[in-house]
Amino acid sequence: MADVVETAEIPAITPTKLLNDQQRVALLRWMLHARIFDEVTIRLYRQGKMFGSVFAQIGHEAISVGSAAVLQPEDAIFPMHRDLGAHFVRGVPLRTIALNHLARQGSMMRGTDGTGHYADPQRKLYGNISHLGAMIPVAVGYALAAQLKGEPIVVLNYIGEGGAQTGEFHEGLNFAAVRKAPFVLIIENNQYAYSTPTTEEYACKKLSDRAIGYGIPGETIDGTDVERVYEATFYAVERARNGEGPSLIEAICMRMRGHAEHDNASYVPRELLEYWKKRDPLLRYQRFLVENGILSEAEIQQMRHEIEAETVRVLDEVLQLPFPPAEEAFKNVFL
Amino acid sequence: MPTMTLLQAISDALRYEMRRDERVFLLGEDIAEFGGAFKVTKGFVEEFGKQRVINTPISEAAIIGGAIGAALNGLIPVAEMQFMDFITNGFNQLVNVAATTAYRWGLPVPIVVRGPVGGGMSAGPFHSRSAEAWFAHTPGLKVVFPAFPADAKGLLIAAIRDPNPVLFFEHKGLYRKIREDVPEGEHFVPLGKARIVRPGTDLSIITYGRMVHIALEVAARLEDEGASVEVVDIRTLVPFDEATVFDSVQRTNRVVITHEATLTAGFGAEIAARTADKAFEYLDAPIRRVAAFDAPVPMAPSLEQAMLPSAEKLLDTCRQVLEY
Ligand SMILES: Cc1ncc(C[n+]2csc(CCOP(=O)(O)OP(=O)(O)O)c2C)c(N)n1
Repeated sequence: MADVVETAEIPAITPTKLLNDQQRVALLRWMLHARIFDEVTIRLYRQGKMFGSVFAQIGHEAISVGSAAVLQPEDAIFPMHRDLGAHFVRGVPLRTIALNHLARQGSMMRGTDGTGHYADPQRKLYGNISHLGAMIPVAVGYALAAQLKGEPIVVLNYIGEGGAQTGEFHEGLNFAAVRKAPFVLIIENNQYAYSTPTTEEYACKKLSDRAIGYGIPGETIDGTDVERVYEATFYAVERARNGEGPSLIEAICMRMRGHAEHDNASYVPRELLEYWKKRDPLLRYQRFLVENGILSEAEIQQMRHEIEAETVRVLDEVLQLPFPPAEEAFKNVFL
Repeated sequence: MPTMTLLQAISDALRYEMRRDERVFLLGEDIAEFGGAFKVTKGFVEEFGKQRVINTPISEAAIIGGAIGAALNGLIPVAEMQFMDFITNGFNQLVNVAATTAYRWGLPVPIVVRGPVGGGMSAGPFHSRSAEAWFAHTPGLKVVFPAFPADAKGLLIAAIRDPNPVLFFEHKGLYRKIREDVPEGEHFVPLGKARIVRPGTDLSIITYGRMVHIALEVAARLEDEGASVEVVDIRTLVPFDEATVFDSVQRTNRVVITHEATLTAGFGAEIAARTADKAFEYLDAPIRRVAAFDAPVPMAPSLEQAMLPSAEKLLDTCRQVLEY
């Protein structure tokens, strides 16, 4: 993967006053974690050493990281399937993530499920299920309970533009709006739902326009600019925390890989990928940090090497672990 | 002890649990000031306020999903389906989210989804269904179907206190029809315990819900013919009380299973299979089932009566089994 690319075609980051340089470095670190986790698991997948699917989130890192970074520890987060960055932001250890992804012994889900589907209630992170849209009403209910208990927390939830076409998207968001629930929903619009382009998914101009129909604020932003994502989420979260109700954010990005690694995405026009390559959220941010003297290229390289070494080591270790013992299959159907 | 209808006993259980535990709250369509389509929550908003008696949009997935999320955040929601028929619109939330959460996350989802079911009121295909088998077939969900007011109260209290998702089916034909003494205040009937509602020695009728009352009527008529019929009300489908059912069958050696739901893949098939598996040597006659004809529930009374299982059909089947 190339490092800071010197090209004028990369659009500049829109810096936010809400972040200091220390926080900026943290954002980069989390984005690198997410990116490198993908790179390593893609490699393992090609070598036939992976278990399960690899839903790379390359192209999405600025969204999950920039938004999750806004939350307080007591806030809750309900990510979707390309939000590994948010798991890192919440402080889930790499090893825990790997154990869950690979359904190994010691996984919080005991081998009952894999990928990012786990929940870490201590970190107030509740993973998605495969059924797209299903977690939106659940996240709204979580927010509703906080409201009933008088706890000033906010619930941040994510959905793809594909999942935004489910009935549960509508039911959940409308219910949240009616109850003024402390809820923020981010649509990660990556241009494709599996092989289906947005033109065959919905007919409105911007998905954030739907907010009007729910009587809530909606905004469409550049989802490859991590500071823009941070700022938009910050104000939506603040609004929710102040009791003013939910917001809808549509963050535009590109799915830079196939739907999952089995898919070569031959249906995506090459020019489209070329366009978005220049908007790589990680490279854009690296350039910004270097240009503003926050980090040097060498420091970024160093960070990258450290994270890569750690990721390779942890994944290799976890892949050596056995799957959980068969008797786990018979436990916990009921509590 | 006050006398209550099934409907009053359900209200009483909800009120009792809401007074006892602040975490319990209700959500559903038209349940606040209006008191719900059947008035189960009449007067609740006055006592508990609109924060704990939440009117929702017509969004069953949001009602059930919202309940799940609230449960994950420490509350104990009781969701009302205006008619249990509409639970289909929240099916995904029940079978994919609620039913898998304990298994995958080890986290409790203490929700109850309750509401009226059943036919016999010329309400047609969309307001008459008995939907319990769909959920009994989904591991991770408990399924309760009371036949009597006191049981309804005690089972609903148990359901609310259960850490698992519970579906609570209320036959609307019984709401105002059955009246009995119901204990005041605390009354807990554990889930997973059947009850012998009429002891007998010659034949066991295994049943639940509205058919319990028809079975009792049939048992009384058979007594006049000299047969002693036992009626077992299983009360909960999941967990299923095998011990009480097999014990009954082992004493009477003859069994008829009946429910108002349609026959094929109904819960009676499960009871029959388990009885054949575990109590075969005790049987003096084939296991028989009496259930609704496999069709949607029709509207015209002439059709509906023909489709639903009746006392006559049950009586006839019992006689055949007794004579076998
Ligand atoms: C309800 C449902 N239908 C179909 C699928 C199969 N499926 C998994 S991901 C996917 C595409 C999702 O697109 P989108 O929500 O835009 O997210 P993306 O994968 O593009 O990030 C499909 C069709 C599913 N998981 N859930």
